[in-house]
Amino acid sequence: MATLNVNIGNLRLKNPVMTASGTFGYGLEFQDFVPLDGIGGIIVKGTTLRPREGNDYPRMAETASGMLNCVGLQNKGVDYFCEHIYPQLLPTGGTYIVNVSDSSPEDYAECAARVNALEQIPAIELNISCPNVKDGGMAFGVTTKGAASVVRAVRERYNKTLIVKLSPNVTDICEIARAVEAEGADSVSLINTLMGMAVDIEKRRRVLSIGTGGLSGPAVKPVALRMVYQVARAVKIPVIGLGGIMTAEDAIEFLMCGATAIEIGTANFIDPAVTIKVRDGINDWLDRHGCKSVQEIIGTIE
Amino acid sequence: MEEQKKYVLDLSVAGVERLHERYVLLRLTQKEQLPPMMPGQFVEVRVDRSPGTFLRRPISINFVDRQRNELWLLVAMVGEGTRQLACLKEGDVLNVVGPLGHGFTCQSGATALHDVLLVGGGVGVAPLLYQGAFLKSLGVKPTFLLGARTSKDLLMLDEFRKYGEVYITTEDGSEGEKGFVTQHTILQKQRFDLIQTCGPTPMMRAVARYAYQQGIDCEVSLENMMACGLGACLCCVEKTTEGNLCVCKEGPVFNIKRLLWQL
Repeated sequence: MATLNVNIGNLRLKNPVMTASGTFGYGLEFQDFVPLDGIGGIIVKGTTLRPREGNDYPRMAETASGMLNCVGLQNKGVDYFCEHIYPQLLPTGGTYIVNVSDSSPEDYAECAARVNALEQIPAIELNISCPNVKDGGMAFGVTTKGAASVVRAVRERYNKTLIVKLSPNVTDICEIARAVEAEGADSVSLINTLMGMAVDIEKRRRVLSIGTGGLSGPAVKPVALRMVYQVARAVKIPVIGLGGIMTAEDAIEFLMCGATAIEIGTANFIDPAVTIKVRDGINDWLDRHGCKSVQEIIGTIE
Repeated sequence: MEEQKKYVLDLSVAGVERLHERYVLLRLTQKEQLPPMMPGQFVEVRVDRSPGTFLRRPISINFVDRQRNELWLLVAMVGEGTRQLACLKEGDVLNVVGPLGHGFTCQSGATALHDVLLVGGGVGVAPLLYQGAFLKSLGVKPTFLLGARTSKDLLMLDEFRKYGEVYITTEDGSEGEKGFVTQHTILQKQRFDLIQTCGPTPMMRAVARYAYQQGIDCEVSLENMMACGLGACLCCVEKTTEGNLCVCKEGPVFNIKRLLWQL
């Protein structure tokens, strides 16, 4: 048994396997398949200050080795989360991180402040990279100024571990990462989905209701690996890697590229027990290679 | 409604029956007893050996044969994934997640169900077989009204006849009455207190409109495009009186009173 625990700022994870926001619900949906307390961290569905209905159907299109989605942050708002969902999470023993999204620095900060009050939520992931909402979302994540403005506003109202989720839909992801690090982010997670499109040639129109959506799944893994590798060298704070991870081997690639932890997203739709399999697979690989701790492989690729 | 425990199962193929050029009946089994499953629920099937198929395919539960410990799936070949499923052979293993979602009403609290009409079209007849059998086991004799383009497109009629009267419409008149299900004379002759329907959306809308106008309770089984099947990704939503709801988790069966269909 290798040691699997890793630290993201002050947040200690029992293993480096987390779930990507929007792909694992609130964890409760997967209780029949995996022990929730066996996952390093469960990042719950994107939460906003006010309830949101999200975009119209169709919100999904299958693609070669992946899928597009344009859900658009459907959620019942942060107060509903605090009052109705949070109490259900406590008995599961899982480590929960809330993905916070919104449309203005003030609303991001207010939403984060309300999550700050929840004793058993040790961290938030700030989503400045949702490609599927008009007002805000990715708008903040594509400029250093925008990214910095949100992180600055949230940092004033949030004193626990602050992870910032970065968009790959930028010219230079490293400069965004450095900008949020400078504003006090404890970690960056990347990549969010790549903006894409699907066409229905019989109906002669775009498949998704808003025309475009975010691409995820194994199709994006090479792009994600490259960006994780670059960002891990550009910042001092820990990097969380995600994008198309389906297996333990995929996860190990991200760790070797410099990710301290990883998130599993779309793979949860194909195998609802994948998180635990990846955790065990990482451990087995470390054992087979004589590594006593996962730390021995993080960022080891030149 | 009580939540059914969900499983990931590696089921072995006990039989593959080509019912039609576009439809295949898969009979699946395992050594252990199959878990409880309710009519109208579905499973998410992983399609192996099909590089273009990334996501699982949601397939409704056609029948559960408890004596032979078999789960039946009626698969319509609509794309690469479902065509690959049709190529399965006896002894192959199929990975399924289920049972998922909320199915048809089987009991109605204080007032027992009496005259239930099950209306199916195309591959949409699939879940009505299990529902019909289930109702019969509860002492409610269902009536089936099945529609198809031609007589060749009618599926599993002998199975349906085991559980209730079967009435048929075909668009070309090659079997039963000519026309659509909503034009069948049984609707004039007999009064029903619940209609449950599954089939192409235009058919279900027509059935829902008929039920609404007649003041008959009506449930429809939706098949919005899904990814996770577990209510996590929020891709398959339908607009309802309670906002956007996941068809995979809150449905696939909805009472039409909950939907925002213009009837």
